[in-house]
Amino acid sequence: MDARLFEGPRERGITLMAARDQHGVGAPFGDRFQVVGRAERKVDGLAKATGQAVYTDDIQLPGMLHAKILRSPHAHARIRSIDTSKALALPGVHAVITGRDMPIKYGVIPWTPDENALALEKVRFIGDEVAAVAALDEDTANAALRLIEVDYEVLPAHFDPKDALAKPEVQIHETPEKPDRGNVSKHVRLEFGDVDQALEDADVVLEGHYRFHGSTHAPIEPHCAVAQVSPDGVLTLWSATQITHYVHRALARVLELKESRIRVIQPCLGGAFGGKSDPFALEFAVAKLAMVTGRPVKMLWTREEVFYAHRGRHPMQLHYRSGIRRDGKLTGVDAKILIDGGSYSSFGLVTTYYSGQLLTGPVHFPTYRFDSTRVFTNKPPCGPKRGHGSVQPRFAFEVQLDELAEAVALDPIELRRRNWQGEHTHTVNGQRITSNGFLGCLDEVERASGWRERRGKLPFGRGLGVAGSMYISGTNYAIYPNDMPQAGIQIKLDRSGLATVFTGGNDIGQGSNSVCRAIVAEELGLDPDDVRVVAADTDLCPVDLGAYSSRVTFMVGNATIDAARKLRRLVTGAVAKKWSVPENRIFMGRGEVFDLEDRSRAITSREAIQIAEALHDTLGATGSYNTPKLGGDYRGGTIGASPAYSFTAHVVEAEVDVETGRIHLHNCWVAHDCGRALNPMLVAGQMEGSAYMGLAEAVMEVHDINRFGLHAGPSLLDYRIPTSVDTPELHALIVESLDPEGPYGAKEAGEGPLHPALPAISNAVYDAVGVRLRELPFTPAAVLRALRAAGVGPKARAAQQPEGARR
Amino acid sequence: MASLLLNVNGDQLEVTAPDHWTLLEVLRYRLGLTGSKQGCDKGDCGACTVQIDGEPQLACLALATLCEGRAITTIEGLMPAHLRAGGKGPDPLQDAFDRCGALQCGFCQPGMLLSAKALLERSPDPSRDEIRHALAGNLCRCTGYTQIFQAVELAAAEAQGRAPTPPAWHPDGNPWMPACSKAPAKGESR
Ligand code: FES
Ligand code: FES
Repeated sequence: MDARLFEGPRERGITLMAARDQHGVGAPFGDRFQVVGRAERKVDGLAKATGQAVYTDDIQLPGMLHAKILRSPHAHARIRSIDTSKALALPGVHAVITGRDMPIKYGVIPWTPDENALALEKVRFIGDEVAAVAALDEDTANAALRLIEVDYEVLPAHFDPKDALAKPEVQIHETPEKPDRGNVSKHVRLEFGDVDQALEDADVVLEGHYRFHGSTHAPIEPHCAVAQVSPDGVLTLWSATQITHYVHRALARVLELKESRIRVIQPCLGGAFGGKSDPFALEFAVAKLAMVTGRPVKMLWTREEVFYAHRGRHPMQLHYRSGIRRDGKLTGVDAKILIDGGSYSSFGLVTTYYSGQLLTGPVHFPTYRFDSTRVFTNKPPCGPKRGHGSVQPRFAFEVQLDELAEAVALDPIELRRRNWQGEHTHTVNGQRITSNGFLGCLDEVERASGWRERRGKLPFGRGLGVAGSMYISGTNYAIYPNDMPQAGIQIKLDRSGLATVFTGGNDIGQGSNSVCRAIVAEELGLDPDDVRVVAADTDLCPVDLGAYSSRVTFMVGNATIDAARKLRRLVTGAVAKKWSVPENRIFMGRGEVFDLEDRSRAITSREAIQIAEALHDTLGATGSYNTPKLGGDYRGGTIGASPAYSFTAHVVEAEVDVETGRIHLHNCWVAHDCGRALNPMLVAGQMEGSAYMGLAEAVMEVHDINRFGLHAGPSLLDYRIPTSVDTPELHALIVESLDPEGPYGAKEAGEGPLHPALPAISNAVYDAVGVRLRELPFTPAAVLRALRAAGVGPKARAAQQPEGARR
Repeated sequence: MASLLLNVNGDQLEVTAPDHWTLLEVLRYRLGLTGSKQGCDKGDCGACTVQIDGEPQLACLALATLCEGRAITTIEGLMPAHLRAGGKGPDPLQDAFDRCGALQCGFCQPGMLLSAKALLERSPDPSRDEIRHALAGNLCRCTGYTQIFQAVELAAAEAQGRAPTPPAWHPDGNPWMPACSKAPAKGESR
C-alpha cells in the first residue's frame, strides 16, 4: 500500500517501475532488463518438442509391476466384506490391497480429512476406489480386478444437492459427533454493511437466478504414479501432481512413515488446471504396493478413470439481487449460492468461501452479503479448477451487471468504469487491493473489438458482450497453519559459470521454471542458457506449497529474487574487494562484471564467480517469500486475501444460429493486467489458454452425471473439449500495472483470464438476439429452448431485420 | 506373442509383443520411444499421432502387427532426420513451436508436431484455416491453439523467406527468439 513506490510518469496507462521494491533496494539494473520482459524460450520447450521430456508414464524401472484399481459400481453403498483370495491366486498377481491396509483418513485441507486411499466402510460415488492390484502387466492386473469379490449393501443415494439437504437421514458422510450436520459440507454466511437498506435505497433492484453446470479439467495427460522403495526403506514416488509438498505430507500421514523417509518427485507434467492438486488414490496405492512387494509399481489411469477422479468445477445454483442508482452506482449485492460438492470435501471449505469472497472487485459495491452452502452428493468429488470457486459467481454477477446496465441505460463498459474500485484501496470484505489495471483492460478490449462502432449495430444474430473479473495472485492461507515461508529457493553457483536453481515449485506447463531461470539470469547478469532449474523434488528442493491459487510466479519469483540478489552481492563484493573499489561501483550484467566508473575494467561473469568462490568458498544462497499479514478481521477473512490481484476484461463476438441454437464464437479479446509480463509470450499463452478453457465450458463441455449417478460420457469424445476448429480467434492484450510487491511488478496470468469468458458470451448473445442466457451450458438444445421461450426464431429474425430495433 | 519387424525412424527393429498390442504400446513400452503420448488410448485425443508412410495416424488405433513393412516416423525421428539432411539443431518446426511458446505442458505436442509437419509437407504455405483443419484431430488443453497456429505460420513464413505476422500481444514486429540455426554465438549481444 505504499503509494510512494509508484513515483514516476505514467505512459500509456503504465506506471514505470520505482527505484526500490519489496526486497529493500530496487533492481540493481533499474528497469533496463536484459531477460525479463522478453519472449524467451522455455527451459523445457525443446525437450518437449523433440520427445525427450520425461513424463511420469515414461518412467520404466527394472522389474516394475503394473497396478490397477477396482472401482465401485454403486453410487452409495456400505462395504460388508471384500474377498481378494481369487485375485491373489491368479498367476502374475503380486499383491492386492484394500482400505484396511491404509485406514487413515486424509484430505488436502487438514480440517476436512474425509477421504480414504481405498474405501473403508462405504463407497460414495460410481468410480470410488475400493481395492488395488499389482501384477506383472496391466492385462493381468485387470483380470485380477474381476476376481475380487465385494459384498455391498446398496444405500439410497443423492444426486441433487437440494434433495441431499431435504433428506439428511440418508447421510453421505456420517457425523455421529454432529448429528444435525446432514449432508452439509460447509456453510458460510458473511455480511458487510447493511445490504437490505442499500437495496431499499437503490433506484433499481434486479434479481436473478443463475446456474453453473459443472465442468472438468481434462488435461491431456492422465494421472500416473510410480513408486519404488529402496532397500533401506526410502520411498520414492514419481507422480503427475501439481502439489508435491502436500502429497509428501499426505503419504507420510496415511502410510505412517516419517516425512524424511519419503521423496516425492514431479516429472514433466502433461497439464493439470487444478485437477492434480489433491492427493489421489493411485499415489497411496502404488506406494503401498511397492512397500508390500519390494518392487517398483506403476499405475496409469485410463481416460475414463480421470473423469472419476474429477475434482472439477462445482455445479452451483446462484441467486443474485443487486441494487443500482440512476447515476449508475451500485448500492449492494445479496447472493445466495448452493454448491454441489460431490462426494468428498477436497478443497470444498475454500471453495465455499471463494464463492463469495472473490467477487468484490474490480467493480465496487458498498454493501455485500453472501450465503453459500456446499452439499455432499453421490457424484465424483468436485474441487479446484482454474479460477477456483469464483468462475461460477463471476458468471452470474457479470451477466447481472449487463442487465443492470440496461436498466439504467448505460453502456456496459461504462457501467464497469463508473463502479471501478480504484487502486490502493480495500474491498467491501476487507481485502487489500494494490495495483489495479482494470481500466486499462477495459480500454484495450473496447478499442480492439471496435466496441463503440459495432456493439448493438451488428446484423441480427451477431453481437458483442463484455465482462470483467479479478483473481488472486496466491493466497496467504497456507492450507496448514505454520510460520514457515510459503516459497523457498536455493541457488548454487560455481566456477563453471553455471547457476543451478532449486525450487519446490511445480511447473505444470505454465512455465514457472522458466520464470525462475529468467529471474536468476537477470539478477546475475547471466545468459539464460547458463542457468539450470531443478524443480519439484522434495529431496533436492526447498519447500514450495505447489501450483495452485496462481501463486507460483508471485511467490517463487519473489523468493528467487531474494536468493539471487544475495548471490549477486557475494560476487560483486568479492570483485570490489579484489579491485579495491567500493562495491556499488561493480555491476553484473550481460555476461560481464565491470567497474561502472571505468568501463575498460571488465571481466566475464565466469571469472567474477571464480574470484567470489576463491574469497567466500563454495557459493550458494537461499531465498524465501511469505505473504504479509492480510485479510479482513473476521472468521474466514484471510480466505481470499492475496498479496496482489490480477484483473481481466473480455469482449466476445458471438453469432447465434436461431435455427439450430448453435453459438458460433468468432473472436475473443482478452485484456489482462498481469502486473508486469516477465515473459510476454508465456503470459499471452496463459491468457489464450484460459480464455479458451472458459469459452469451452460455456458452449461445449458438460460434466454430465446421469440420474443413476453414472458419468454420462467419460471420454474425450463425449466430453467435448474444443478442437482447433472450434476455437475462436483469441487476441491476447497484455496490460501492465506494475504491482508494488510482485517480482519486478508481476502478478498472476494463469487463472484470472478465464473468468470473463462465460458471462461475456451470455452478454454477447443478448446483444445478438435479445435473449438472456442465465443457465450454463449454452448447448444448442438449451439455447434453442431459450430462443423459443422468448419467441425468437427464424421468423423473428426476418421481422427484426434490418435495424437494431430489437430492444 | 508376435515377433515384429518394424521400420521406425529409419531403423529396422525386431521386437516381440503381445498380439493385441497397438503400435503405441510397442513404441512406448517395448522400444522405449516414449515421445509418443497416450492421452486416451481410444482415438479421441491425437496425442499418440505418428506418421505412417508420411501420413499422420493414431498409433493407439494401429495394431502393431499391421505396421510391419511401413515407414513409421515418431517425434524422436525429426531432429536426427534434420541433422542427417545437413541442418542444425532440431527440425525448424520443432524450433518454431518452442520459439512461439506453443509448448505449455507439451503433452499434446509430439502428436501435434507430426500432424503439422505432414501439413507443411503437402502445403508449404497454409492459410490459418488450413492449419486449423489439419490440426483438428489433435486436442490441446493448454494453449487455446493460437501459439500453435503462430508456430506453424512462423515455420512456413521463414521457409518461404517471408516475415511472420506479429501476434496481438506484440503488435509491432517479430517478438520471437531467433531460430536455433541462427542463434547468436556465445558472447554476442542478445
Ligand atoms: S491416445 Fe491415441 S488418440 Fe488419444
Ligand atoms: S500443450 Fe498441454 S495439451 Fe497442448
